[in-house]
Amino acid sequence: MPKLSYRDASLAAVQHSMREDQTVWCVGEDLGRGGVFGQYKGLREEFGEERISDAPISEAAIMGAAFGAAMIGTRPIVEMRFSDFALCATDELVNQIAKARFMFGGQSRAPMVIRKPMGLWRSSAAQHSQSLESWYAHIPGLVVVCPGTPQDNYSMLMAAIACDDPVVYLEHKGIWDIEGEVDFSKKYEFGKAKIRREGSDVTIVSWSNTANLAVEAAEALSGQGVNAEVIDLRSLWPWDKEAVLQSVAKTGHLVVAHESVAVGGFGAEIVATVAEKAGHTLKGPVRRLGAPRSLVSYAPNLEDMLRVTSEMIVTAAQETLEKAN
Amino acid sequence: MTSAGHNFERGRLLLEMMERIRAFEEQACLAAERDKLVLGAIHPSIGQEAVAAGIMHNLLKDDILLSTHRGHGHTLAKGASSLAMMRELLGREGGCCGGKGGSMHIADFDVGMLGANGVVGANITIAAGAAHAIKLLGDNRIVVDIFGDGAINRGPFLEGMNWAVVFKLPILFICEDNQYSATTRTSSMTAGDGAAARAVSLGMQSTTVDGNDVEAIADTMADIAARLRAGGPPELLHAKTYRRTGHTSFDPATYRPANEATEEEKKNDPIKRQRAILLAAGMSEAEIQSLHENAQKEMIDVLKKATDTPFPANETAFQDVQDIGSPMVEAY
Repeated sequence: MPKLSYRDASLAAVQHSMREDQTVWCVGEDLGRGGVFGQYKGLREEFGEERISDAPISEAAIMGAAFGAAMIGTRPIVEMRFSDFALCATDELVNQIAKARFMFGGQSRAPMVIRKPMGLWRSSAAQHSQSLESWYAHIPGLVVVCPGTPQDNYSMLMAAIACDDPVVYLEHKGIWDIEGEVDFSKKYEFGKAKIRREGSDVTIVSWSNTANLAVEAAEALSGQGVNAEVIDLRSLWPWDKEAVLQSVAKTGHLVVAHESVAVGGFGAEIVATVAEKAGHTLKGPVRRLGAPRSLVSYAPNLEDMLRVTSEMIVTAAQETLEKAN
Repeated sequence: MTSAGHNFERGRLLLEMMERIRAFEEQACLAAERDKLVLGAIHPSIGQEAVAAGIMHNLLKDDILLSTHRGHGHTLAKGASSLAMMRELLGREGGCCGGKGGSMHIADFDVGMLGANGVVGANITIAAGAAHAIKLLGDNRIVVDIFGDGAINRGPFLEGMNWAVVFKLPILFICEDNQYSATTRTSSMTAGDGAAARAVSLGMQSTTVDGNDVEAIADTMADIAARLRAGGPPELLHAKTYRRTGHTSFDPATYRPANEATEEEKKNDPIKRQRAILLAAGMSEAEIQSLHENAQKEMIDVLKKATDTPFPANETAFQDVQDIGSPMVEAY
């Protein structure tokens, strides 16, 4: 099994999909030279400039044109460069792509992957650091995924490219270089969480890079005799309610942690679902961690004020256990 | 200067299509205002039928069309069923979109009509993408995207047109200029010389045609279609016409001079103009009258049938959202 970076795992997924299916093509700014993060490096040489297509700095046109191309028989991979810039193409994604199949009574499909690198990336300030996954989870018609490991960035991207629904594919740009073994034969099933660590004392639910921090937190907790279970949701729509409910039934304690703003975040959806379906089984208060409702700064100390850390997850787990009924 | 004399059969077909579009929209307006059966907004194109008829006459079934919220005429002329369209306007089973889209989202993929759009200008980039895929797939269809004069002040107009030029796509952009952006005169809100001048600034070939002269539109479109089918670069066609109704069928259009629409009708109604051309070319009054009556009869019948069609089954509210995470399995 090869050891690949999160970046190269995605590159392999695109390469393998393009070899298998001639209708897959990539479009976005600076793709010809390998993409802004190098996640398309070498693909132009193999597949040519029509299938690894550069684009003007016209996010609305990139998104809209890819949609038009998806409706008549191709499978575009749309690169938005930074998730923040995808906001320039909000009408195209929300009003057009997400709605077309329904609005046209099932006549059309939009098989496309919309890659939007998100998240904190040192000193990139407020317009290059956002995590807006909860927005997309709110839009009927979209599949929303947040891979956090090299293996998932391979298997999930393969699945997203093969999917007939539009998939909002949110990679975390802070972890392009993390490495891990990648099994190319491993298939991803949408809506299936991954239990990153099994445990019986407290359930920690997370996704994207924060799931990696949750694993670190669980290791620290184990040194204190606390056995935490870490669930990496991987996809937010659909999301694996069963995995969360089963785990909470076992532990009776829930911590939800994400990098994006806590207010109105997807963590609230998880907590509400647990409250509705299993509130009576909880043995302590739920803890929900997310960024304060402020803006990401440039200065590193200010940036860190908004960061959810593994230490904070440890503390939250301790709090729910201490306040047990 | 046009005459149907050189192509009598085409002239007859063009008039027939305009009569059908007019009759369809008249019935749709009656359904809305008299019968209260069209519950949402409809945006009639009465007075603008020449563009739909003249353009679509030169398109093949497989060619791609994208249109606007004022797109009944374009859709009908592209070959959609009048009954399926009327059912859609009434939100009924068997509508083009199963009653889920209504007038503003009318589409018929079987005849290459990829949708009207409720967002002004939004189809410009989508149409460019359809043409992009045609080029990638190496087939020889062409794409026509029709938008209004209001759309040229939205960003997608620049982004989509630039895209088409950069990638040399087989697409014709048509600005169907009815002189009004919703309820505001477009000229009062538009800098420079308008759609054609803006296209020229992007290096795009641009043609202006009398938007109420269906013969001229059909002639011009025949030439443009031939150029695009031969691999030519994208082009823009500016067709100036006039919107005889308000923005919606319910809008009395009190924001413009009271006699403006009636004066326009007298001078420039595309159906009256085409009847005159055909009379001069030798068509009998009886035949012209029969085209009118047949269209009326078809659309009266269509409205009656649509009215008698049931509403869609409730569960379709949850169908065709998405395969993965469908509300059919994820509904709370």
